[in-house]
Amino acid sequence: MHIVVCIKQVPDSAQIRVHPVTNTIMRQGVPAIVNPYDLFALEEALRLKDKFGGRVTMLCMGPPQAEDALRKCISFGATDAVLVTDRAFAGADTLATSYALAAAIRKIGQEQAVDLVFTGKQTIDGDTAQVGPGIAKRLGLNLLTYVSGIRDIDLDARRIKVERRAEGGVQLLDSTLPSLITMLEGTNEMRFASMDDMLRAARFPIRKWNKDDAGIEDVSKIGLKGSPTIVSKVFGPTPRATKADVQVVADTSVQDVTLNLLQKIFTAHPSLEQELVERLGA
Amino acid sequence: MTEAPKPAPARPAGRAGRNTELSEALKAYKGVWVFIEHDRGHVNPVSWELMGEARKLADKLGVDVAGVLMGGLDEPLDAFAREAYAFGADRCYFMRDPVLKGYRNEPFTKGLTDLVNKYQPEIMLLGATTMGRDLAGSVATTLGTGLTADCTELNIDGRALAATRPTFGGSLLCTIMTLAYRPQMATIRPRVMQMPRRDDSRTGDGIDTPLGMIETDVVTKLIEFIPDATRNTVNLAYADVIVTGGKGMKQPDNFKLIWDLARVLGAEVGGTRPVVQAGWIGADRQVGQTGKTVRPKLYIAAGVSGAIQHRVGMESSDVIVAINTDANAPIFEFAHYGIVGNAMQVLPALTEAFRSHLDKRIRKVA
Repeated sequence: MHIVVCIKQVPDSAQIRVHPVTNTIMRQGVPAIVNPYDLFALEEALRLKDKFGGRVTMLCMGPPQAEDALRKCISFGATDAVLVTDRAFAGADTLATSYALAAAIRKIGQEQAVDLVFTGKQTIDGDTAQVGPGIAKRLGLNLLTYVSGIRDIDLDARRIKVERRAEGGVQLLDSTLPSLITMLEGTNEMRFASMDDMLRAARFPIRKWNKDDAGIEDVSKIGLKGSPTIVSKVFGPTPRATKADVQVVADTSVQDVTLNLLQKIFTAHPSLEQELVERLGA
Repeated sequence: MTEAPKPAPARPAGRAGRNTELSEALKAYKGVWVFIEHDRGHVNPVSWELMGEARKLADKLGVDVAGVLMGGLDEPLDAFAREAYAFGADRCYFMRDPVLKGYRNEPFTKGLTDLVNKYQPEIMLLGATTMGRDLAGSVATTLGTGLTADCTELNIDGRALAATRPTFGGSLLCTIMTLAYRPQMATIRPRVMQMPRRDDSRTGDGIDTPLGMIETDVVTKLIEFIPDATRNTVNLAYADVIVTGGKGMKQPDNFKLIWDLARVLGAEVGGTRPVVQAGWIGADRQVGQTGKTVRPKLYIAAGVSGAIQHRVGMESSDVIVAINTDANAPIFEFAHYGIVGNAMQVLPALTEAFRSHLDKRIRKVA
């Protein structure tokens, strides 16, 4: 079984700060991590490798330093890793990104046919959830998004059964290989890296592909040029015109503060009081 | 890789090598469409929220609004269309086929792509749900057009859609436009847009188009739909009153105070991401960027600092009350009312104050 897992290196959003004047992301000193959602995809792929044998090939598009993210995945037990890196990819939106990754997966598939492609649900920096569906469409793979569990795979019959998270419930879907799965978060727990794999990861020769190596045929479809969306404005959340009407408990008693609060709210919003009374009285 | 914000000029013109001009052929694309999401007899309310928004955009552009209804032969698409007209649609495009019963990516992608190519809308809106995001990504890739995910604000700039979305976990907002491609596609976060007023005197016309696909053409089979057991117990997104606890509640046991207040108000209980991650409360109660977006009439937050990730999920609530020991907590910058004090003392007093006040009022009404 040959599985390709797509990952992205992202800044740790918990540590992101925005410059108060220029409204730009201050990346300095913010650690780069493997997109946390992608780890659920990787773990699921590794479990399938444990069960069926075969290979897990990691794929990432990004700057040269994204190599660290791939090395991390090797330490968890992935077989191989390819970093697609070229200045020509810079500024890509999701459409251009899916074009580049699809080309690279086709190339990887020439080495050994690909049975499954995994991605995370979305990234924590872009939050689009669009690249997985884009890759599937371009490669003609069956798209299985928001998968919460793989019920069954029959390699001989080339069939796969998955549970897919939908609004208000779970769909049980039966599809065929090859397919692309975007894995839901919280569906498994990432294993610990073994000492052997950590040593292997440190020395692992990660393959770096430029746009030609990745088999890009049409350069007008990658990078900024291949991106139909344009970021026209970036700005911080607007502060409220008026600040909160604040009372301090230390200044008076907690009973006074709460009674005061009720009076203020219900005076300013009589309809809210009315609705509460009607609903609770019913 | 995604729409990462870069320092950009206020106007996007003049980017090296980029086509920002609309071709003559694409200028023919007219109208604002809403994909009406429905499942097992119910329209997802986000579709009506979008219908209201589509109406506003279309009125600015001087064009029509259309709804897209795809489904099985025995699904009540005509009844949904009447609702669509009442909420602002001028027209509905129907696709009825047994293959379209229960959402699957393949036939829905084909159907919606065909409709777009045939009737050529300039804007296409979908809910940012598991269905909308799955479908939008496939359709936009097939059409080779721009798609902006999970938007929280829509506007018209010139003649183009300006779609604003939070990025980097909500720390920043960016406005994204698709200038040289049509349709301009966007998925919109549920509960961010207001539910439009319903006008049942409005009508519209319906156009039927065949799907042109049979069951044997579809690879993926829907074997079963397993509804959530908790489906009717937690409906945070649509609750009128929500009491939320954050890490400032100190211990899981203290959440009892949150539940007590919620009971008195007939409210739902919410939690911040750290509280959900600590297991103090279920993930289906998380409010914020990676949880639910809510817009209740009253939102009471206790021990919540007001991190941006939380703020984006609740800031459109009508009345926000914050209780926090730290007078400098960010939540006081966007709450309407604040109490600086220990939530463990304030909550019981607040519960008692609401109880006695509302009891008195209810008795008076009775």
